[in-house]
Amino acid sequence: MVAFDLPTIWAFIIAFAIFAYVVMDGFDLGIGILFSWIPTGRERDTAMNSIAPVWDGNETWLVLGGGGLLAAFPLAYGTILSALYAPIVAMLLALIFRGVAFEFRWRDPGHRAWWDIAFSLGSIVAAFAQGVTLGALLQGIAVDNRVYAGGWFDWLTPFSALVGLCLIVAYALLGATWLIMKSEGTLQVRCYRLAFGLGIGTILAIAAVSLATPFLSAVYWQRWFAWPQVLFTAQVPLLVTIAAVVFFASLMRRHHYTPFLMTLLIFTLSLAGLGISLFPYVVPPKISIWDAAAPVASLKFMLPGALVMVPIILAYTGYSYWVFRGKTGHEGYH
Amino acid sequence: MLEAFDATLLARLQFAFTVSFHFIFPSFTIGLASYLAVLEALWLWTGRSVYLDLFKYWLKIFALSFGMGVVSGIVMSYQFGTNWAVFSDRAGPIVGPLMAYEVLTAFFLEAGFLGVMLFGMNRVGRTLHFVATLAVAVGTFISAFWILSANSWMQTPTGYAMAANGQFLPADWLAIIFNPSFPYRLVHTVFAAYLTTALVVGAVGAWHLLRESSNDGARTMFSMAMGMITVVAPLQILAGDQHGLNTLEHQPVKVMAMEGHFKSYDNGAPLVLFAWPDMAQAKNLYAIEIPKGSSLILKHSLDAPLKGLDTVDRKDWPPVPIVFWAFRIMVGLGTLMLLLAVVSLWARVRHGLYDWPLLHRFAIAMGPAGFVAVIAGWVTTEVGRQPYTVHGLLRTADSVSPLQAPAVAVSLLAFIVVYFIVFGAGVLYILRLMSQSPRRGEQGPERGHPVRAAGITPAPQVSEGGN
Ligand code: HDD
Ligand code: HEM
Ligand code: HEM
Repeated sequence: MVAFDLPTIWAFIIAFAIFAYVVMDGFDLGIGILFSWIPTGRERDTAMNSIAPVWDGNETWLVLGGGGLLAAFPLAYGTILSALYAPIVAMLLALIFRGVAFEFRWRDPGHRAWWDIAFSLGSIVAAFAQGVTLGALLQGIAVDNRVYAGGWFDWLTPFSALVGLCLIVAYALLGATWLIMKSEGTLQVRCYRLAFGLGIGTILAIAAVSLATPFLSAVYWQRWFAWPQVLFTAQVPLLVTIAAVVFFASLMRRHHYTPFLMTLLIFTLSLAGLGISLFPYVVPPKISIWDAAAPVASLKFMLPGALVMVPIILAYTGYSYWVFRGKTGHEGYH
Repeated sequence: MLEAFDATLLARLQFAFTVSFHFIFPSFTIGLASYLAVLEALWLWTGRSVYLDLFKYWLKIFALSFGMGVVSGIVMSYQFGTNWAVFSDRAGPIVGPLMAYEVLTAFFLEAGFLGVMLFGMNRVGRTLHFVATLAVAVGTFISAFWILSANSWMQTPTGYAMAANGQFLPADWLAIIFNPSFPYRLVHTVFAAYLTTALVVGAVGAWHLLRESSNDGARTMFSMAMGMITVVAPLQILAGDQHGLNTLEHQPVKVMAMEGHFKSYDNGAPLVLFAWPDMAQAKNLYAIEIPKGSSLILKHSLDAPLKGLDTVDRKDWPPVPIVFWAFRIMVGLGTLMLLLAVVSLWARVRHGLYDWPLLHRFAIAMGPAGFVAVIAGWVTTEVGRQPYTVHGLLRTADSVSPLQAPAVAVSLLAFIVVYFIVFGAGVLYILRLMSQSPRRGEQGPERGHPVRAAGITPAPQVSEGGN
C-alpha cells in the first residue's frame, strides 16, 4: 500500500483539476477583466463569442476541484471554506454575474452595457477572490479539533491582497494571448499591445509573490533553499525566465500561438512552484493530505471513476474546442 | 427578535433559499433537454420543419435557464463547506464521492456538449449535433441520479459504519447508492421534472393558440405537452403514493408530520384534509377530517392502527405546520394536473384540442404549477427530515460550521439580493422569448454548406451594437 498511496494520488488529481481550472477559466476570466479595454461592438462580440461555447466546461473544473476536495479531503474542504467564507461567497456571487452575462447580453440589447459591466466586474472580483484564497491558504489556517479556529478576517492581509492583484494581472494576460490566437484585425493588434504590458506585470507579480512566500514561514524557506533541493527548485525560476524571454520574442514577431502557449507554460511552472511550497500540506501549517484524507474506502471507490472519466472528459473537451477552432467571427455562431 | 436568528437558523435559511432557487432551473432543464432531443429526433426522422422550428424556439429558452442552473449550482457545491463544515467533515466520505461522480459523469458531459448543442448547428453534421443534444439530455439525467442518491442517503442512510473521529465510513457502496428511498425519489423527481416542463410548454402553446389557433408550432407543442401530462400525471400520483409508503417504513415521523397526526390511533387514523397544526398544544385546530382515511391510504385497511407524534420525543419533531402544508400544496397541485390531463384527453378525443379557449386558459394557469409543486415537495422532504441532516444520526445543529451570525446574515442578504436581480432578469428574458410566437422557416444546418450567421440569435441583432 505504500507505493500506492491513495491520498497522494488524490492530491495529484485535485491539483490537476485546479490547474485545468486556472488555465481554462483563467483565459475566459481574463477576457472579462480586459473587457473595459475592448471597444463595444464588433471587438467585444468577437471576444465574447470566442469563449461562449467553452466557458461552462471550463468552469466545471472548479466544481471538480471543490467536489473532489469534499470527497477526498473532507476535513480540508470544510476548514478551508469556512475560514475563507467571505472571499468564497464573493467569488460565487461574482461568477453568477459573469456566467449569466453570456446569454443575457444578447437577449437584452437595451441593457447590454450593464451586462457587460456585470461580466467585467464579475470576472475581476472572481479573480481577486481566488487570489486572496490562495494567499490566505499559503499564510496558513488555524484549525482546532477538526474545525476552523481563526477569526473572520484572518484571510485579509497585505500578502493575500497582493496575490489577489497578481492573479488579476495574470488572468488578464491569459485572456489577451487567447484573443491574439482567436482574433484578427484591430482586436488582435490591441491584444498584442495589452499582452506586452500584462506580460511585464505578470513577471513582476510572480517575482513579488515568490519573494514574499519564503518569508511567510520557515517551512517554505526550507523547501526552496535547503541544500540539495535548491538544485531542483532553482529550475523553476530558471524555466520561468526562459519562457518569459520566448514570450516577449514571440510578441515582437507577432506570432499567433506562441504567446498563449508560453503563458500556459509560465502558469504551469508557477503552479509547480506552489506545489513545492505546499506539499504535503492541504491546510498549512498543520493538516497534511494524510490527516485530511477521506477513508480508504472512499478514495478507492472514486479512483476508477477519475482514472476512466478524466481522459474521456479531456477527449470530448478537446473535441468541442476543435469544433470551434480557428479565428472567431464577430457576427458569430451565436 | 434578532437574537432568534442564530447562525444555524440563518445557515438553514440560506441553504433552503439557494437550493430552492437552484432546483427551479434543473426541474425545467431536465425535462426541456429531453424535449429538445425528442424534437430534434422527430425532425431528423420526419424531415418536417415544424420540429426544427420548435427546436430552435426552445433552444434559446434552454440556453438561458441552463446558464442560470449552472451558476446557482456552483453556489450549492461550495455551500456545504462554507456553512456546513462539520457535516462535510463527517458525511463527506460518503456524500462527497457521490457528488464527485456526478461531476465526472454528468456535469462535464453536459458542459462539454452544451457548446456544440447551442452554437454548433452549422459546424458539425446533423447526426453529430443530435448526439450533442442527446449527451446534454443524458447528462441532466445522470446528474439527477447522483445528487438524488446523495440526498436519499441522508434521508435513509445504509451501508455505512461509524469511525472513532465521528466520520461516516463507507462500508458497502451499492447499499449506499441504492439506499431504500433512492429509487422512489429518483422516479418521483424525474417525473416531476417532465411534468414541470410539459406544463410550461403546454402553457406557452396554449397562449399562442388563444391568439392564433392555426399556428402550426403552437399546435404541435400544445399537443405534445398535453400528451406528456396525460401519461405522466397519473404515473406521478402513483409514484408519490409508493414514495409515501416507503417513507412510512423508513421515516415514520416525517409521515406523522405530513398527515398532521399528533396522537396515535388504535382503530383507524383520519385523513386530515385541512387544519392548522399547533405544535405547542400538540393538536390540529380547525381540522376537517375524513375518518379512517389515512389508514386506508397508508395501510390499505380502514382499521389499521397508526402511531402519532405523541410516541416521539419532542426534540425529534420536525416543524409540523411547514411539512403539513407543503405536502398539501404538492398533492393539491398534483390533483389539478390530473384534472388537466383528463380534460385535455377528452378534448383530444373530441377533436377539440386546438379550439377550446377554456382548456387553453386552464393550461396557461397551470404553467407555473410544476415549479410550485416541486419546491413544495422538496420542502416536505427536507423539513420533514429535521432536526437531522443525516436522518437519525447527525443533528442539523451539530452539522453547521463554526459561524458567526452576522457573517451568515450578510451573505444570506447578498444571495437574496443578487438572486432576485439576476434571476429575475433571466426569468423576464425567458418570458419575453415565450411571448414571441413560434415562427416558420428558420434555416437548418445544411450539410457541407456552413451558414455562419444562422445561429440562435439573428445576425442583425448581434451586430447591432457595432460601430
Ligand atoms: C434532480 C436534479 C438535481 C438536483 C436535486 C440538484 N441539481 Fe444541481 N444541477 C442539475 C440537477 C440537479 C442539472 C440538471 O444537472 C443542472 C445543470 C444545469 C441546470 O440547470 O441544472 C445542475 C447544475 C449544477 C451545478 C453546475 C454544473 C456545471 O458546472 O455544469 C452544480 C455545481 C450543481 N448543480 C450542484 C448541486 C448541488 C450541490 C445540489 C444539492 C444541494 C444540487 N445541484 C441539486
Ligand atoms: C434540489 C435538491 C434539494 C432541495 C430542494 C433541498 C431543500 C432543502 C431545504 C428546503 C432545506 C432547509 C430545511 C430547513 O431549514 O428546515 C434543506 C436543508 C439541507 N439540505 Fe437539502 N435539498 C436538496 C438537496 C440536498 C442534497 C443533495 C443534500 C446533500 C447531499 C442536501 C443537504 C442539506 C443540508 C446539509 C441541509 C441543511 C440542514 C437543514 O437545515 O436541513 N440537500 N434542503
Ligand atoms: C398527487 C400526488 C402526490 C403524492 C402522493 C406525492 C407524494 C410525495 C411524498 C410522500 C414525498 C416525500 C417523500 C419523502 O420525503 O420521503 C414527495 C416529495 C416530492 N414530490 Fe411529490 N407527490 C405527489 C405529487 C407531486 C407532483 C405533482 C410533483 C411535481 C410536479 C411532486 C414533486 C415532488 C418532489 C420534487 C419531491 C421531493 C423529492 C422526493 O422526495 O422525491 N410531487 N412526494
